[in-house]
Amino acid sequence: MGVSEKLGNLGVVTTTVEQAVNWARTGAMWPLLFGLACCAIEYMSSQASSYDLSRFGMELNRATPRQADLLIVSGRLTRKMAPVVRQLYDQMAEPKWVISMGDCASCGGVYNNYAIVQGVDEIIPVDVYIAGCPPRPEQLLHGILTLHEKVKGERIADWA
Amino acid sequence: MAVAAAPQEASLEEQRRWEGDLEELRGLVSERAVSGDTMLLNMGPHHPSTHGVLRLLLELDGEQIVTCLPDIGFLHTGIEKSIEDKSYEKAVPLTDRMDYLSPMSNNMAYAAAVEKLLDLDVPERAQIIRVTCLELARCASHLVWLGTHAIDMGAMSVLLYAFRERERILGMFEMLSGQRMMSSYIRPGGLWRDVPSDFLPTLKQFLNDFPYKVDDYEALLTKNPIWKDRSQGVGVVEPDVALAYGMTGPALRGSGVNWDLRKAQPYSGYETYDFNVPLGEHGDVYDRYLIRIHEFRESMKILQQAVARLERTPGPTRSENRKYCPPLRSELGQSMEAVIHHFKLWTYGYDAPDDEIYSAIESPRGEIGCYIHGTGANKPRRVHFKTPSFMHISALPVISQGYLLADMVAIIGSVDIVLGDCDR
Repeated sequence: MGVSEKLGNLGVVTTTVEQAVNWARTGAMWPLLFGLACCAIEYMSSQASSYDLSRFGMELNRATPRQADLLIVSGRLTRKMAPVVRQLYDQMAEPKWVISMGDCASCGGVYNNYAIVQGVDEIIPVDVYIAGCPPRPEQLLHGILTLHEKVKGERIADWA
Repeated sequence: MAVAAAPQEASLEEQRRWEGDLEELRGLVSERAVSGDTMLLNMGPHHPSTHGVLRLLLELDGEQIVTCLPDIGFLHTGIEKSIEDKSYEKAVPLTDRMDYLSPMSNNMAYAAAVEKLLDLDVPERAQIIRVTCLELARCASHLVWLGTHAIDMGAMSVLLYAFRERERILGMFEMLSGQRMMSSYIRPGGLWRDVPSDFLPTLKQFLNDFPYKVDDYEALLTKNPIWKDRSQGVGVVEPDVALAYGMTGPALRGSGVNWDLRKAQPYSGYETYDFNVPLGEHGDVYDRYLIRIHEFRESMKILQQAVARLERTPGPTRSENRKYCPPLRSELGQSMEAVIHHFKLWTYGYDAPDDEIYSAIESPRGEIGCYIHGTGANKPRRVHFKTPSFMHISALPVISQGYLLADMVAIIGSVDIVLGDCDR
């Protein structure tokens, strides 16, 4: 701003590294192609024609955690599956984010029993929780945009 | 994550763990795997083409499948156990979440079983709406199957078309029940409520459009040479094998066995509808695909008839037996009796006889049966669901034997398994 006032429009934008990197990260956040249960079907709906997640640069699902930025835990997490999800999370490269989609992933949902982990945050850190059983695709989109807002506010000091 | 070929510089502990794994597998895989001639490959539980969290341990000779060991239970939710602690009416939402591609069918299987246990009548209008819901659920489920099956075999665009129509069906479910997927609409004794006034016009509009959309899917796949190459002659199931493994639904009919519970043991008035049961000839992946495509058209036929009947059949959508079926909301302001029933049914529930029954319906995947053992009180002693996905997964080893690794994805897709249905 200050520069363009003095020198005129040089076709240059001044910003901070923080803002530029965060902007890039929100523009192409690749989710892991991963689904657990019912919520995964609504996740597929959000990817498909009517809701079109690619509007937010997220149409590219990666089947390998090494190439993914975002883990959407969609569905109930059983005790047998928990170590697998933890391993997938560990295999993802930094920076990585986690969305807990639906009631089961967030808090166990309607299943308070021997089989279900009472919330995925018992095994991995979660950035955004989405309520609903299952959440509508609009709710998932809202959760993703909320995550984008969070990422835009990340500070360079926290990256390390 | 291959379990064979132990790492070169494995620590002693790793080496031991390794040998332990192999020891467990001895007898399940061939001796060649133990000696290292064939390779053991882990497919899943995180694999995009396993249609859920299914793990398959494959023994491969080159690219050929020698043995396939399914490992299930990654989605075991304890639904049957949870139902034991609920009164009969309150278990309905849990049944939604088993086979999450067609919740209406699960509701129906459970409701039909409870009705059989209680000897409860269902009004005619409720039965017609049930048939409507079940056929819509069949279409919605087959649409997900079509999209994912095609995407597994490399045809990416089909999913976008299939989900376009699925959204319309989910929209109709939302009209009925307020929820897109987990509707809990079909309940013991009838339905939650009558259809709203805008449901029938929407359904008619859908029935007008949908046959042309099915033509679109067929134009993309049926004569597509790549599709035929990938699916014809792959995953052949002989009729006797299919019967021996308890396969049902399109996977059984693909082998030419004429068994459809809608015809064989009609429920909810299916015997009064005019429709055909499509049968396959070769029992391969392609035939199972064709059968589901034809089932779209047969479902349309049933839906057309159901719409005509709905228009000329007024009446209640819930049993009048107030000992088992809660009164309508509108009755509560006028009748003390209704308030008493309402309170009793939503707090305590009702006592069901100390008896055991089994009843089954035809879900999009096959026979989904419900076994209930009552106690004479308001909670069941045991509820068990016999689900088609479980049977189909148990048949996977015999179907896939001798085919290539790449065909495995096609085979899994063609028997249409849902792990929520299998593990419950």
